[in-house]
Amino acid sequence: MFAAADDAHRTATRTMPAPPVTPLTTRLFRLVLAAVTVVILVAAWYEAEMNPAQLWRDSGNMATLGADFLRPDFTDWDVYVNAMLETLAIAIWGTVLAVIAGIPLGILSAENVAPHWMVFTVRRLMDACRAINELVFALIFIAAVGLGPFAGVLALFIHTTGVVAKLFSEAVEAIDPAPVEGIRGTGGTWLQEVIYGVLPQVMPLWISYALYRFESNVRSATVLGIVGGGGIGMTFNETMRGFLYSQASAILIMVVITVSLLDMVSQRIRKKFI
Amino acid sequence: MAAALQLDRVSKTYGQMRAVENVSLTIQPGERVALIGASGSGKSTLIRLASGLILADRNGSGSGAVHSFGIKVQEGGKLARDVRTARRHIGLVFQQFALSGRLSVLTNVLVGALGRMNALRGTLGLFNADERRTAYAALAEVGIAQHAAKRARELSGGQQQRVAIARALVQGAKLVLADEPIASLDPKSAKRVMDTLVTMSRDYGIALVVSLHQVDYATAYFDRIVAMNAGRIVFDGPASQINAAFLTELYGASAEELILPSQFVVPAPAEAAAPSQTVS
Repeated sequence: MFAAADDAHRTATRTMPAPPVTPLTTRLFRLVLAAVTVVILVAAWYEAEMNPAQLWRDSGNMATLGADFLRPDFTDWDVYVNAMLETLAIAIWGTVLAVIAGIPLGILSAENVAPHWMVFTVRRLMDACRAINELVFALIFIAAVGLGPFAGVLALFIHTTGVVAKLFSEAVEAIDPAPVEGIRGTGGTWLQEVIYGVLPQVMPLWISYALYRFESNVRSATVLGIVGGGGIGMTFNETMRGFLYSQASAILIMVVITVSLLDMVSQRIRKKFI
Repeated sequence: MAAALQLDRVSKTYGQMRAVENVSLTIQPGERVALIGASGSGKSTLIRLASGLILADRNGSGSGAVHSFGIKVQEGGKLARDVRTARRHIGLVFQQFALSGRLSVLTNVLVGALGRMNALRGTLGLFNADERRTAYAALAEVGIAQHAAKRARELSGGQQQRVAIARALVQGAKLVLADEPIASLDPKSAKRVMDTLVTMSRDYGIALVVSLHQVDYATAYFDRIVAMNAGRIVFDGPASQINAAFLTELYGASAEELILPSQFVVPAPAEAAAPSQTVS
């Protein structure tokens, strides 16, 4: 048995070509790549003013913070509930407006339905909507309509429109073209082709996307308040600035519970549609 | 009266592939024609050209004009401006049915009325009682009225194909182009669909062009046969002239694909076709 294996080994060494050797250029390239990575990491460390020692030096503060957070204070729970409802309202209207705008924009940015120049134009516009974060839009709209939930709604609306239009158009581009041709064959208009041929096919996916964006928008809406866009984030920001850590903790717990519940419910509903 | 369908030297090229080459064809009102040929012979392309779903080559050797009942569908590689007017009386039946699967059967039939009704009303889906009655009657005629409320995709293939035929009826089509309508159906459903198509054509004087790759169906149901090979029409004449030797001569090696073993045994032809037309 050993002899046989040995034979096989010898045969292999006789007939097999030499194993491949990594060329010198490739090895050099890898070395340079590693060096560049290290340089970037070190430079970013100083740029970000990373200072772990500070966590030790200020350990007293951290302890106070931690202790207060472990004793959540729900005395003003009704205020928080109202603020949370405001956050949900912001997310609802931000999403609804985005979906309403996203339907035509999504169809107009689908290559298989709209003319090329239109697709190009609408897509670039939607790229811009997506590229800028909700928080930045919130700051812009606060300057325009003042502090409060309406600025938050507008911020979510613009950013989400960009996202929803892209998701919607991708669903449209994946449809079966046959039903559309069926409508075209009857002498229907372009809009009728979309309504009777495209929409029935994409509707389940669209509903699912819209619900998913609503989940994300509830999360985003909690943050929007911090820059002044209304809702629970605003309340949270006030408590933190007043060093009311126990109350801040209560608010956070509420946010976590609400967001988790909504995620679960929305996920259930979405599963029904796919 | 103008021809139901008139193709005037139409060509279609896909890259290097000449799918349809310089084809001229005239179909008279009320005429029933089978379009036969092997896979890739250009049957489907010809039907899509006739309905204006694809455009003919701009620089074809001919004018590349397609007219239906005197109304232009396309010419010189451009769709006619009022192509929707031409489409209104052309009913289309596809191999894969081309229904909106999630919409109800009745709605799928109602869209046949879109071309004739007010555009806004059609877009909003506000079909009136009259249109609904017509659609329901059409469903009854093809024998599936009892499924009117179901979603189209819940029906079997043969039933879905009959929904498509009902749609053409509601459209008031004077010409029906059917592209391999029975290719994805079992034999029993296939026969039912062919019977429905031919009966409809006979009862309403609708011109019918059906592409088929089963020669036995073609000879059993149709008087006039148009055979295609490599994008050209190689035969246009009465079904009685089609026989096995002829097919072999016509298609060479690919003839086997066209001649089903059953061809010369079967036709228990539908009442629609005269028995004398089958070849023995």
